[in-house]
Amino acid sequence: MIRVVLPAHLRALARVHGEVALDVDGTVTQRTVLDALEAAYPALRGTTRDQVTQQRRSFVRFYASGEDLSHSSPDDPLPDAVVAGTEPYLIIGAMAGG
Amino acid sequence: MSGVRVLVGTKKGAFVLTSDEARERWDIEGPLFAGWEMYHLKGSPVDPDRLYASQSGGWFGQLIQRSDDGGKSWEAVGNRFEYEGDPGTHQHYDGTPRPWEFTRVWHLEPSLTDPDTVYAGVEDAGLFRSGDGGQTWQELSGLRQQQGSAWQPGAGGLCLHTILLHPTDPARITVAISAAGVFRTDDAGKTWRPVNRGLRSEGIPDTGAEVGHCVHNLTMHPSRPDTIFMQKHWDVMRSDDGAESWTEISGNLPTDFGFPIAVHAHEPDTIYVVPITSDYLHVPVDGKLRVYRSRTGGNEWEPLTTGLPQEHCYVNVLRDAFAVDSLDECGLYFGTTGGQVYASADSGDSWAPIVRDLPAVLSVEVQTLP
Repeated sequence: MIRVVLPAHLRALARVHGEVALDVDGTVTQRTVLDALEAAYPALRGTTRDQVTQQRRSFVRFYASGEDLSHSSPDDPLPDAVVAGTEPYLIIGAMAGG
Repeated sequence: MSGVRVLVGTKKGAFVLTSDEARERWDIEGPLFAGWEMYHLKGSPVDPDRLYASQSGGWFGQLIQRSDDGGKSWEAVGNRFEYEGDPGTHQHYDGTPRPWEFTRVWHLEPSLTDPDTVYAGVEDAGLFRSGDGGQTWQELSGLRQQQGSAWQPGAGGLCLHTILLHPTDPARITVAISAAGVFRTDDAGKTWRPVNRGLRSEGIPDTGAEVGHCVHNLTMHPSRPDTIFMQKHWDVMRSDDGAESWTEISGNLPTDFGFPIAVHAHEPDTIYVVPITSDYLHVPVDGKLRVYRSRTGGNEWEPLTTGLPQEHCYVNVLRDAFAVDSLDECGLYFGTTGGQVYASADSGDSWAPIVRDLPAVLSVEVQTLP
């Protein structure tokens, strides 16, 4: 199972508490994880990436294993620890304000 | 016993205010969708339990929420707003071409006859329709063919903010866009044409141009659908031929700049505006919050001040933040950027706040309940 940590607003939208666990078919990449997330929680469609362009929203960041993967290819394999479920994939609402 | 349900969208969530027909004691529920910008909430005229809400934010984009039980519970429905074809470019503030890009839904207008049909006015300006309760959306793209490449954003963005559905002719829809003007279809959205004859705007090169006018809001009484009232950037206007031509009715207003305009539920010639000092001073004149009423369809206006702050008041009332109920004694409601929602149960003669300290109010709609 792939563990995903959502920011508070998206947990409220998905009506979940804490992490979510996802089954991901095939190679575990950012794209396949987000596809599985949106399939399991349709309310999250379009919240982390534009539905038409698939571009990551500017104020959303993706972290895993201490790395910022926001600018990595969405089709790169995720780290082994995320695939093994020992570490979560983190979706972050970027800090912005004053 | 009849009553009202006031749907309030704010910069940090939505609130539902309910009362009986006396409109003296209020139950306040919220915030719903706390932390999100709730640009607009509106109920179906044929099923008051069916509500639609526009939920958006800078982090996570646009969502559409739907309730089938009068706002007790909500479900996120479709939020894929895809322009038809290659939308090309419009003009940016500096006049350079800018690719069309969906940002948010400003206004939701449920059908007058079918609770599953709803229209969405969006930024960058476009009109979308859903026939399945908001699950899927299709653009009525013929609108953008009306010189869309020349449209320029108003200060709030290039937004389609007003949708008037004709009460007896379902093929006629009239919309307003800042800062492009008014457009009308007579074939249910296939083809459109600009209907701005008589508008004059000092801020554009051709003051009487066919498109390019910063129309802020339109309203219409359902018994007289050919009479449409307009609050423009500057100027309050009136059309008596379904928007084909416009004449100014600013009359004795202290300033004719403002955002909302509303019409009384039972008196088609009684209209309301909230004059704002100017385009660079979005505050009431002299710090006095005054609604102005005309009982003559314009030109002759009277200030309504009882119960409204008459000193040190520097809030604004946005275009979708004024609503009218249809109880026997017509009720009026408006919200401010200072978080107050004021109500009048006597056609505007006197006012009282329902709440004073909400987040900045973006929209106010009211449902008259059986």
